[in-house]
Amino acid sequence: MSALLHVDNITKRFGGFVALDGVELMVNPGERLGLIGPNGSGKSTLVNCICGTLQNESGSVRFDGQVMDGLAAHQRTHRGIARSFQLPRPFHSMNLVDNLRIPLLYTVHARLGPLRSTGDLDARCLELLEMVGLAKKAKQMPRDLTQVEMRKLELARAMAAEPKLLIADESMAGLSHSEIEDILALLVQLNERGITVILIEHIMSAVMSFSQRLAVLVSGKKIADGKPEDVVRDPEVVRAYIGQ
Amino acid sequence: MNGVSTAKFSLIAIAIGAAVMAFAHWFNVDYLYFASYTILQFIVLATAWNILGGYCGYVNFGSAAFFAMGAYSSVFMHKFYPLPIPVLIMISAVVTGVAGLGMGYLTLRLRGSFFAIATLALAVVLQTLVVNWDYVGGSRGAYIIRPESLEFAGITINYIEYLFGLMLALAVLALVTARVIERSQLGFGFATIRDDELAAEACGVPTLRVKLIATTISGAFMGMAGAPFPYYIGYLQPSSAFGLEYAVNSIAMPMIGGTTSWVGPLVGAILLGSAQQYATVTISSAVNLLIVGLMLVAFVIIAPNGLIGLVQERLRAWRKP
Repeated sequence: MSALLHVDNITKRFGGFVALDGVELMVNPGERLGLIGPNGSGKSTLVNCICGTLQNESGSVRFDGQVMDGLAAHQRTHRGIARSFQLPRPFHSMNLVDNLRIPLLYTVHARLGPLRSTGDLDARCLELLEMVGLAKKAKQMPRDLTQVEMRKLELARAMAAEPKLLIADESMAGLSHSEIEDILALLVQLNERGITVILIEHIMSAVMSFSQRLAVLVSGKKIADGKPEDVVRDPEVVRAYIGQ
Repeated sequence: MNGVSTAKFSLIAIAIGAAVMAFAHWFNVDYLYFASYTILQFIVLATAWNILGGYCGYVNFGSAAFFAMGAYSSVFMHKFYPLPIPVLIMISAVVTGVAGLGMGYLTLRLRGSFFAIATLALAVVLQTLVVNWDYVGGSRGAYIIRPESLEFAGITINYIEYLFGLMLALAVLALVTARVIERSQLGFGFATIRDDELAAEACGVPTLRVKLIATTISGAFMGMAGAPFPYYIGYLQPSSAFGLEYAVNSIAMPMIGGTTSWVGPLVGAILLGSAQQYATVTISSAVNLLIVGLMLVAFVIIAPNGLIGLVQERLRAWRKP
């Protein structure tokens, strides 16, 4: 089986600071990968390099058999990489339906041609809101949502682009236990539909129950990659988290 | 208004335009043409500014540069090879559209006040160029003797009425374009740029291309507003074409009317334009910018989302008791 995403030895520097140092990562189709690491270890930088928000200086990102280097973020979205942001970034001036309309208009249309009529578009938006349990608030504005609802909107918007790979960047930070369960259930449900998911998270219970495989970043280097049970017992990982 | 289709809206807009034209013709006072021409010109300018400033959230301080570029394109063509004004308008649209595209390409990496400063700089640079360009009059300015009247299909039309009609048609075109954009995929794309460019990219919006489309359309309409200006004013000099009032008015009018819809610039331009025309006759033309300043301050306090925003808020409060 060839990998869906192949991050091949990428390096990213900010001035003299090396944020990513030769990171190598493979993700197989349909997989649920957990990505953990202490604060400042380069997780979000890695996401940004995969999604095209930042461009890596060396190495390459291959997705679905294509080289992604040099492509802008929107071009990578068109090819099937979707992400949610660590801090929700909804379109504030639009209601929830219109928030989901954007990826449908700009990504799904661009990929398949203008297949959908306005009615179909509306129906698809509502379907997505239904999936995350926000259908009742379809006509409300993002400012009327609670924190967990905002995260759900963020995931729904990422899903609207009909991606092959979803990268959920800390979509549970700051949520209560039951809210975390909600989001986890949602991510598992998406994965069961055949979408590959990379989960970046600090909450270990969530990562452990979700991930089939776990990768650990520390100071821009990947120090472990394997079965979650094994990785958390890895002495190097323990050292990175707890200290000597 | 949501249900009205573009075709129907265009017909209504054209009908209103024709009615205004018929009324003006029936009234037939030269001063009315002169005064309303200015107001119509500001409707076009304000609508054009709003396509970039209101829809996309990029504040352009260089409106005067585009307006003047349109006007000077006409002066250039007048000397080089005289053509009818509608053709000059099209030439100006191309020239300033390309200039808008170029400005966008050079400056859109800047955000917020940095973008605004860059557009202001563009105006200064262009004015310096024009002042030193002898062919179009340089700092002396250029005279354009406009004919008294115009023969068209056997009918004699008063020239100022002709200019008024052209500007009226441009205003209708600008408003219809703005409304079409608002409801289209492009309009949604503009709004995502105003809200959050990073999220827009993540949703697949090609932000740079969308912004370039905005600067091009916006620039083209500003140039079109400026193209008939030398014929209207008769004597064009750099300081009047690059006047501060164009930059200030085209920002203030959408702000006062409301920046999120095509109605805002229309209402703002009529309100502010009429007030200025009234002040010009009754007090002095120097009061114009004072009026703009005072109204802008008042609206920022009373209605930060413009008149349209204020009305929408009241309606929402009234529906939800």
